[in-house]
Amino acid sequence: MDFLTLIQLLDSTVRLATPLLLACLAGLFSERAGIFDIGLEGKMLAAAFFSAAVAAVTGSVWLGLLAGIAASLLLSALHGIASITFRGNQLISGVAINFLASGLTVLIAQSWFQQGGRTPSLMGGGRFTPITLPFADAVADVPFLGPIYAELISGHSILVYIAFAAVPLTWFVLFRTRFGLRLRAVGENPAAVDTAGVSVVGLRYAAVAICGVLCGIAGAYLSTALQAGFVKDMSAGRGYIALAALIFAKWRPWYALYATLLFGLFGALETRPDVITALTGMRMQGQLLGALPYIMTVIILAGFVGRANPPRAGGEPYVKER
Amino acid sequence: MTLMQKFLGAAAGLALTAGAAFAEPALVYDLGGKFDKSFNEAAFAGAQRWAEETGGTFREIEMQSEAQREQALRRFAESGANPVITTGFAFSSALEVVAPDYPDTTFVTIDGWVDAPNVKVIGFTEHEGSYLVGMLAAEASKTGTVGFIGGMDIPLIRKFACGYAQGVKAVNPDATIISNMTGTTPAAWNDPVKGSELTKAQISQGADVVYAAAGGTGVGVLQTAADEGILSIGVDSNQNHLHPGKVLTSMLKRVDVAVYESMKAGDALEGGVEVLDLANGGVGYAMDENNADLVTEEMKAPVDAAAASIAAGDIVVHDYTSDDSCPALTF
Repeated sequence: MDFLTLIQLLDSTVRLATPLLLACLAGLFSERAGIFDIGLEGKMLAAAFFSAAVAAVTGSVWLGLLAGIAASLLLSALHGIASITFRGNQLISGVAINFLASGLTVLIAQSWFQQGGRTPSLMGGGRFTPITLPFADAVADVPFLGPIYAELISGHSILVYIAFAAVPLTWFVLFRTRFGLRLRAVGENPAAVDTAGVSVVGLRYAAVAICGVLCGIAGAYLSTALQAGFVKDMSAGRGYIALAALIFAKWRPWYALYATLLFGLFGALETRPDVITALTGMRMQGQLLGALPYIMTVIILAGFVGRANPPRAGGEPYVKER
Repeated sequence: MTLMQKFLGAAAGLALTAGAAFAEPALVYDLGGKFDKSFNEAAFAGAQRWAEETGGTFREIEMQSEAQREQALRRFAESGANPVITTGFAFSSALEVVAPDYPDTTFVTIDGWVDAPNVKVIGFTEHEGSYLVGMLAAEASKTGTVGFIGGMDIPLIRKFACGYAQGVKAVNPDATIISNMTGTTPAAWNDPVKGSELTKAQISQGADVVYAAAGGTGVGVLQTAADEGILSIGVDSNQNHLHPGKVLTSMLKRVDVAVYESMKAGDALEGGVEVLDLANGGVGYAMDENNADLVTEEMKAPVDAAAASIAAGDIVVHDYTSDDSCPALTF
């Protein structure tokens, strides 16, 4: 495998990892505050649709992004009302959101565009285009570092950089601010937070809202940056993979980055059977290659990660004692 | 009797007579969805044509999960729909169970295989159509490397890939064919993001024409090919218009004709096996104003000659599903 192939592989890894990373961080905020969220998939899908739809109609991808975030926030609010205010089961509410998004997006798309549950293809300003970082062309010929900067680091859409910037930001918010301390406390022991005179409900709503924003960006990335339009069920299970990555990462931001990059790398390897053949010297069946990410997950989870402890109050609605 | 009751009574009477007069045909779409711009949409187009020409109505349902198949078939059969047309290979096992219970209903399976007296099996020679677009791909390729991206890894899709590879090799025996499948679950039909990544991976390996037989995933393939400035080939329906001037051609599989003919036959339709091939226009490749500049007369001539030879039986394109192997491509 030559150097250029490696760069291409890593480039693909970054593209595939970005939606997972955003969704994983979204889940991290929500679950750290004690609200399990298996509705990541549905929120991503709804955001993917509304960002593509608004971008198609207005021709502005930024308005599309806002619409995607708004749609995702709306579903987050639904999840919040069901599981925080009315103390319903968080898993059931999440499943409901997934079903709702899967059906509603196609239905609305059909009624708006009559293209069979799709949005029209996005043109020009309706898409996030790759950004060439400063000096990328100038240093492209520098050996080794040049291609890394010009091919791997430069040339992604703005949302990719936002996603990667969100990792240190998440770490800072959760572990270095008062809000973060309270948010984590509310996921471990809400009664203590309540005793301290801080609103449990307010904190949990805040966490769910942040989750909605991040899922919204993830969905917009799928339909307006990676693709040029919405296709039915296009999130294709990425919300669930993000949940697996979250457990993998033990609910920590930096580990979330590594976990999603690992899943991204497996996804990228799957598209390059020729690289695997060159590396291992044998021809691997496509089916085995497709199963590889899951096999590796089991091996790594069982052997290397060790015990993953979820936030202690996760999944339980908070009831004030009387 | 109030006015409302009169209306209800009249409506009920009308419904009864309509039911007795003639049975509505029913159409069941597979998981890809009615508007996949490809296979299922072609079926819908056929039904639509029948409805417009005859003024008749038909019933339809889109599958949302594997578990619904049997239930949907039974509901249509019990409500008196005839014939009940199913699209996609995945209905075979459900039909095997349901068909014997409703001997008076004729079921149609497009792409499936069921051995029952009241099931009409309609198959296509996709390998022949793919052979033709493979020839065009090899003629259009400058690098000598062409790609194939399939949806779910099933024998039917390998049949497309195998026919395509044979067509490519017929024009350029030294050509390299890169073949990828999107996945092994039905989700592989609706994952354009992965389709894009596969296309990019094939481009970095030198491919400059990519053939997508992948349902909704193909949308991502065609999009990325257009973005990256290479040619793509659509499938099932004519997809040339999706990116004018960037889609070399589309392999046509006339699912619409199959559905139209079945609905036209109506109650008179009988079980049996029908193969739609090059000779009777069941498969082919698409030419229109969108790709007129891409396919020159010199490119067309050998392809049309090959089509005539295949139809006459002089060239035999190997069918992957006949022995689960392909002479031109290893999976």
